[in-house]
Order: sequence, then C-alpha cells, then structure tokens
Amino acid sequence: MTAQEQTLALFGGIGGLLVIASAVGFVLARRAKGESPGIANLNARIKAWWVMVALIGVAFIFGKTGLIVLFALASFLALREFLTLMRTRRGDHIAIAGAFFVVLPAQYVLIGIDWYGLYSIFIPVYAFLVMPIVAALRGDTRHFLTRIAEVQWGLMVSVFCVSHVPALMTLQIPGYEGRHLLLIAFLVLVVQSSDVLQYVWGKLFGRHKIAPLLSPSKTVEGFVGGVLSASALGAALWWITPFSPLHAFGIALLVNLMGFFGGLVMSAIKRDLGVKDWGHMIEGHGGMLDRLDSVIFAAPIFFHVVRYWWTV
Amino acid sequence: MLERLAATVITVFARLVTGMRTNWQGCKPEPVQRIYFANHSSHGDFVLLWTSLPPALRAITRPVAGADYWLQSAARRFIGERVFRAVAIPRGGGAQQANDLMCAALDAGASLIVFPEGTRNTTEDILLPFRSGLYWLAKARPEVECVPVWIANISRVLPKGEFLPIPLLCTLTFGAPIKVGADEDKNAFIERARNALLALAPHDNGE
Repeated sequence: MTAQEQTLALFGGIGGLLVIASAVGFVLARRAKGESPGIANLNARIKAWWVMVALIGVAFIFGKTGLIVLFALASFLALREFLTLMRTRRGDHIAIAGAFFVVLPAQYVLIGIDWYGLYSIFIPVYAFLVMPIVAALRGDTRHFLTRIAEVQWGLMVSVFCVSHVPALMTLQIPGYEGRHLLLIAFLVLVVQSSDVLQYVWGKLFGRHKIAPLLSPSKTVEGFVGGVLSASALGAALWWITPFSPLHAFGIALLVNLMGFFGGLVMSAIKRDLGVKDWGHMIEGHGGMLDRLDSVIFAAPIFFHVVRYWWTV
Repeated sequence: MLERLAATVITVFARLVTGMRTNWQGCKPEPVQRIYFANHSSHGDFVLLWTSLPPALRAITRPVAGADYWLQSAARRFIGERVFRAVAIPRGGGAQQANDLMCAALDAGASLIVFPEGTRNTTEDILLPFRSGLYWLAKARPEVECVPVWIANISRVLPKGEFLPIPLLCTLTFGAPIKVGADEDKNAFIERARNALLALAPHDNGE
C-alpha cells in the first residue's frame, strides 16, 4: 500500500470505530431515557472525538505545515489553561507574555525549519535561563521560585513536550520517506486509545483503585487491561510504522506506560490546585490539557527512541 | 454600521484574548432591566462584561464611566459614545449629578454596568470597600434589580501599567439579584451587596 492508501485505510478504520461508538452511545442513551449523567458524558466524549479526529484529518491534508499549526494551537490552548490556574503575579507579566508570544511560536518555527540542535534545547536551556532573569528584573521577590517554576513547567509541559509530536516529521528514517504522518498517527492513536481502553476496562472490570489519592477513578484492572490492549493495538498497526510487530508492541507499551504515569502527574497537579479539570473547552473531556496529558509524557520519549534506533 | 463593526471586532477580540466563560449562577440572561455591579481591576472589565451579555441584552446595557476617560482621544470618544453608549459621569460634578445621570439612563429603559469600588483596584486586596453610589442609585430606582458579577482573572490579563494583554482565561460569574430593602440603611445595603459579590469570587486562586 502507498502512504496515501495507508492513511485512508487508517482514517476509515477510525471512522468506523466512531460510527460504532456513536451507535452504542445512541442506544444506551435511548435505554437510559436521558436519566444517566454517565451516558450523557460518554456521548459528549464520543462527539468530541469526532471533532478531534476531523481536526487531525484536516491537518493531515495540509501535511507538515498543517500539523505544526494544529499542535502550535494545541500548545497555546494548553499553556493558557496551565498558566490560568497558576498563582503568578504582576511581576511575571513580561515573562508570561514572552512565553506566549516569543517562546511558543519560536519553538514551532524551529521545528518547521528542522533545526533539531536548537528546538531540542531551546526551552529547557534558553527559556529556562532567560525567563527568571526577566522576572527578577521586575524586583518582585514574593514566592519567586514558585512563580517562575510554574511558568517553566507550563512551557515544558504545554509547548516543549507537545511540540515533539510534529517534530516527528523531521526524523530521517531510511525506507520510511514520505510517511511521517503515519508515525504521528501511530503515536496519537496508541496513546489516546490507551486512555479510552483504560476507561472502558475500568468501567467494566474495575475493582481495585490504583492511585486513590491522585485519581480515584483509575483502577488496576483498567490500567492493566487498557495498557495491554492498546499496546496490542500498537503491534497490530506495525504496518504503518518503520517497526517490526514486536518492536511496535514494545514501543506502544512504553508510550502507554508514560502516558498513564503522565496522567497521574497531571492529576497530582490538579489536586494540589483544587480543580477537577484543567478547563472547559472540550465537552465531556474537560480542557485541552485533560485530553493531552498522556501525549505530553509519551511524545518526547517516543521521539527520542525512534530517533536513536531508527534514524541515520 | 461602523458601530456594529466596531462592536463585533471588540467582542471577538475580547473572546479570543480571554477565552471568556460566562457562568449564570444566580440568574438567567433575561431581558429585564438591571444594574450589573462588578469588581474593577482592569480597563478590560466592562468590555468583558458587555461581551458576556447576549446581543439582545448588550443592546440595552450601558456602562457607567468617568467622562474624562472617554474624551482622551477620538477613538475612545467614538467607542465610548457610539459603541458602548457609555453613561459619562463628569469628574468633580458631585454625587447628586452622577445619580441623576444614571437615573435618567434607567428611566430611558437602559440597564447599567457599574463598578461600586469607584476606582480600579490595583492593590493586593481582592475587593476594595464600596462607595455609596450603588446605594443611592438602588434607593432612587428600587424596582430595578442589582446583579453582582465577579470578573475573575482580568487583572492578570492586563495589569495596570502594562500594555500587552496576556491570553489567560477569564470567567464571569453572575450572582442572584438583590434589591434595596424598604427600611435598609446605606451601610447595611452596601455591606450586603459587597458580600454578594465576594461570594462569587473563586477561593483557590488567590494570594
């Protein structure tokens, strides 16, 4: 199959799954006669999935530029949710403006021009050092370390980590030319299906809470069943990747574990801040960060594993 | 025509910058005459409040502001007089004149947006003490309901002295309407109004 045929087959498969999910949701809603908030939430989630898949599909049509714009936008929305909940003060104004209007666009431009040497250290080195300087010059020392660390975390999580998804486009993998979009589809599909499958396994078989203090809805059964079945899905998708089926399973397992623990870390931050969701943007899901938390922790690791073992 | 265009540009811009979310907690966006009173910490406050209203309500709602602010430039004069149709209060004109101007606007059918702190809050305190203007207005037109509106986060979007807004999310929470009681005195009403507004403030995100 050509890359285009593979892409069509993949989106056809996802579309088919969503049709089935929507049909199931419709039947459940009719049976519950609109009295179950759980089912209403399920249907809101399915509807949001249609929108998200459509957005990714549109970005795919525009190729690399489309993906960079889509993920830059996702980074912007994520950073805005993150910093809204932080306890920054007036003295951080310039540093935050810099994060939104300089660092974020620069990171994606660097990916666009394929400058690996700079985009891989731009935020962890340059932004890390310059932002506290800018904030310090304002002379407000109250909670200084907390404030600046919160802005730095916002940039790392919402911009640096998220940007590693479109950065996959820049990898030179022998024998895989012109098919990078499928590598991105693999990562997003595996990690997001792990979230969905953990939810499904947890709802069906969940008994033992895995991290009651962080995330009371996550169970051992959901974790094991979800991560393993999503990793099996990853193995089954080996044909769209440069990996063998076994490698595809191993890599899917790795990104799913990262995604799971990423979800726990982001939950810990939310608990600390006293909120349930990061935002209200996506109905049924919460905010952009609630949807992206697992991708955030999986993307850089996936990027570097592929870069180390599969590129020239 | 130009007014409509300017209004669209302003509301779209406000929504984009602030990702504004409106939470009608204590009342519904109904076309009844109201005095919306809100906390005031940024020039963006009444733009946000005005934007958060449905277009039909926006058309009958006028912000109350100091005349000097609106007369500083031609653009501000146009926006203040023609787009927001602000009720301009001359500085140093006295409380009676201010109250008469606001009552005249109410009598003409408008709803009003007022900031009872009287000035922008640039302190560390979450809300300044109220001036008495809201009481005299509510007393003069007791049939009009007063709706508290808490504007969260706008002071972080555009703090005093900064010119570049940062795109943090803002939330506007509309509380339950209050009216001045028949034998309620000034201090009691002001206290009650201030507490009604404070009750809408988020607790977690403060210093």
